[in-house]
Amino acid sequence: MTPSATAGPDLAILLLGVGVLLLIATMIGQVLRETLAPDGSNPVIENLNARIAAWWAMVFLMSVAFIAGRVGVVVLFAMLSFSALREFLSLTTKSVADHWSLAAAFFLILPVQFGLVAMDWYGFYSIFVPVYVFLLLPVVSALRGKPDRFLDRVAETQWALMICIYCISHVPALLSLQIPGFEGRDVLLIAFLIFVVQFSDVMQYVWGKLLGRHPIAPALSPSKTWEGFVGGTASAVLAGTGLWWLTPFTPMQAAGMSLVITLMGFFGGLVMSAIKRDKGIKDWGHLIAGHGGFIDRLDSVIFAAPIFFHLTRYFWSTT
Amino acid sequence: MTFAERVKAIALATLARWAGGAISLFARFVTAPRAIWSGSLPAAGPRVYFANHTSNADFVLIWTVLPPALRRRTRPVAALDYWLTSPLRAFAGRDVFRAVLIDRRPEARTTDPVEQMVTALDEGSALILFPEGKRNTSDDPLLPFKSGLYHLARQRPDIDLVPVWMSNLNHVMPKGEIVPVPLICTVTFGPAIRIAPDEPKDAFLARAATALLDLKEPRS
Repeated sequence: MTPSATAGPDLAILLLGVGVLLLIATMIGQVLRETLAPDGSNPVIENLNARIAAWWAMVFLMSVAFIAGRVGVVVLFAMLSFSALREFLSLTTKSVADHWSLAAAFFLILPVQFGLVAMDWYGFYSIFVPVYVFLLLPVVSALRGKPDRFLDRVAETQWALMICIYCISHVPALLSLQIPGFEGRDVLLIAFLIFVVQFSDVMQYVWGKLLGRHPIAPALSPSKTWEGFVGGTASAVLAGTGLWWLTPFTPMQAAGMSLVITLMGFFGGLVMSAIKRDKGIKDWGHLIAGHGGFIDRLDSVIFAAPIFFHLTRYFWSTT
Repeated sequence: MTFAERVKAIALATLARWAGGAISLFARFVTAPRAIWSGSLPAAGPRVYFANHTSNADFVLIWTVLPPALRRRTRPVAALDYWLTSPLRAFAGRDVFRAVLIDRRPEARTTDPVEQMVTALDEGSALILFPEGKRNTSDDPLLPFKSGLYHLARQRPDIDLVPVWMSNLNHVMPKGEIVPVPLICTVTFGPAIRIAPDEPKDAFLARAATALLDLKEPRS
């Protein structure tokens, strides 16, 4: 039985809801453009419309993965992990001596981690990167000699693996949880996580654009304001609470979970902004029109996923 | 030309076009290259793209980010003593990329390399040239330029010389490695320069090197 077998009707309702939201957003974007700058001269409106168009594509991809079931979800997130890793490692300190370590990150570690997730081997995929890879990968670089900036190179590569492979793999890992009374519905946990985190990002952007005055960390990101943060978090917690029926949680529990993943998502955005500032770039990449790179869109999911996974596993799952 | 020869020529040309498309697609998959036109525009006609050289895949990347219509008329200048060493390389160099193959060994060559480049420009092609002459594996961003760019500019002073800086490709495929690491590369096209009348060789080459280095991002 595919994970979506009994989750189908609820998933369809959620996707329909997201479709309606996007339709409203698309109409608002078009009306703004027609009334304020029909010649496409307002960069904020153009960026907004580019973001909405990219959202349609992202929701479509997610839907296809959900319909394809477990394999679809694992493959989608493995591909996102690959794209994120490519963006991250393009910026890190490296030398020619790291060539085999870097190649191993893409062509060995990433497929192994997602393979372990696909085969449900929790005992191994939860320690593979932090234990085996962390200890063995620096050996590969060390064997090539070249000690200059060795710690920088190794530490930055390991952060890339943690962020882009290990954390992202915890999204498909949600499919392996065994929650009594929730059999065959695990895919809804992913839908819940992604929806709440991304809705929070979008609402922080919306509230920030409407009311934002006081930046939280001006040195890191001028667009993160207290008004956006409070408004976005409150909106996402409300939305998450309203979606309790998708999850094994009661409405109160759903509110608590939404708060945790929204906060983690915010922290993720903050930390990744700090890294971008450190490396002197504005966006992680250029492949998602209006949003920047894959990490720009995934930073909040990256930080929220492992915590959401472990809380749900500890309190609800029997495995 | 007999019928069989004509069929063979068409088949070879088609195969070369498919191979070119496949190599381009692979380059896109591996490096997700980003072209930044900062100071010059993709325009047809004879011109010289001169770029930093860190990897054998360098010209493939420039070739990949050019609009397809320009790609067909843009030819890399490459070393004959490298590209004609095996039948596969010869197919790639001669048929797929239509490289202007020059001999780096002065004692062995029968034609003057600058003459070959001028002929290609006069036929309406654009050229991709690596003035460093060999792959840069040092820690310096750029090796001293060879004089080829100067002699070419002296012979065709009204041709645009477009500096092209490529980042990260040295990490994708360092010299001697066979497995590429998929990192994002940027290809920055800067404002074109031309040689001034009476400009001495060293001054011109220094100016060209500076125009190229100016495109390098602040981070290394």
